[in-house]
Amino acid sequence: MRFLVAFGRFWYDFVVGDDWRIAAGVVGVLAVGAVVLAIGRGGSWLPAAIAVALIVVFAVPVLRAGRSG
Amino acid sequence: MGSGESGDDVGMDASELGLLVAVMLAAAVEFVEAFTIVLAMGITRDWRSTLAGTAAALVVLALVTIVAGYALVQWFPESLLQLVIGTLLLIFGLQWLRKAVLRSAGLKALHDEEAIFRTEAAAAEGAGTDTVMGLDWFAFVVSFKGVLLEGLEVVFIVLTFGLTAGNVPLAAAGAAIAGAIVLSVGAVLHRPLSRVPENTIKHGVGILLTTFGTFWAVEGLGVFAPGGESLEWPGGELAIVVVLVAWFAASRALVLALRRRVAEPVQPAAA
Repeated sequence: MRFLVAFGRFWYDFVVGDDWRIAAGVVGVLAVGAVVLAIGRGGSWLPAAIAVALIVVFAVPVLRAGRSG
Repeated sequence: MGSGESGDDVGMDASELGLLVAVMLAAAVEFVEAFTIVLAMGITRDWRSTLAGTAAALVVLALVTIVAGYALVQWFPESLLQLVIGTLLLIFGLQWLRKAVLRSAGLKALHDEEAIFRTEAAAAEGAGTDTVMGLDWFAFVVSFKGVLLEGLEVVFIVLTFGLTAGNVPLAAAGAAIAGAIVLSVGAVLHRPLSRVPENTIKHGVGILLTTFGTFWAVEGLGVFAPGGESLEWPGGELAIVVVLVAWFAASRALVLALRRRVAEPVQPAAA
């Protein structure tokens, strides 16, 4: 059990790193994109909209980290 | 998937060149970090044990690459592979970019190979002298762990880039070339490679990882569309350049905003 916890923690630190909010934001944005596509509302605008949303979910936690750090 | 699958064209297209450059740069900074640890152990402890630890780590990394690469290709359909790998690459790249932005803004200490070398060397000199199978165990374990951990990042980048672009050999070649360059320069200089502009390279690599992660994750979202085909970016692969410029502009804007905030005088508290 201890090995599994250590294994999970290693991969969490490896991929997600210091700020989980960025990873959560990325997953959230892609999930919304998936829903839009699944209900047939996607269009050529969708990739650009997702890219802009990804920049926003990155920028907000970084600016907050700067304020607190 | 990627254009690396086109067999007739022996030249390299934009995405393949991006793949090669990104993997080479990312691998180079990781190899520089691993080299510092190996050099500290070799100089202060024992070269034979240090090189044995390094070789053992390289064997493990090669096995991980082969097994994980094979499993991922077997288990995932194309668009789902793009989504999963693209998302992982995007999150991983944003982690690099976050650190780079904070470093550029002066909110995080810069990576200093000389300082790391001194710390590792001091720890090595103060450690005990256990011998296992004729090897200096401390030197073996520290060099094994150092190379394995830094190498795992290289493996991750080689696999994510290689699989999503459909060209693992090119990605692996990029990493191998970077490793050979770092090793050759390090062997000649015989000191930490502190003059490599690591922090600048890491910023660039963070932007490249994030750009390709964004491109592939969005393409992979097509698995949720009727038909399940990869989503098309307007302009096809040219969109990679636009996404790259957007991430570069965003990261520079963040650095400037954070620098301004750091430079602002602290307001006295209201009475």
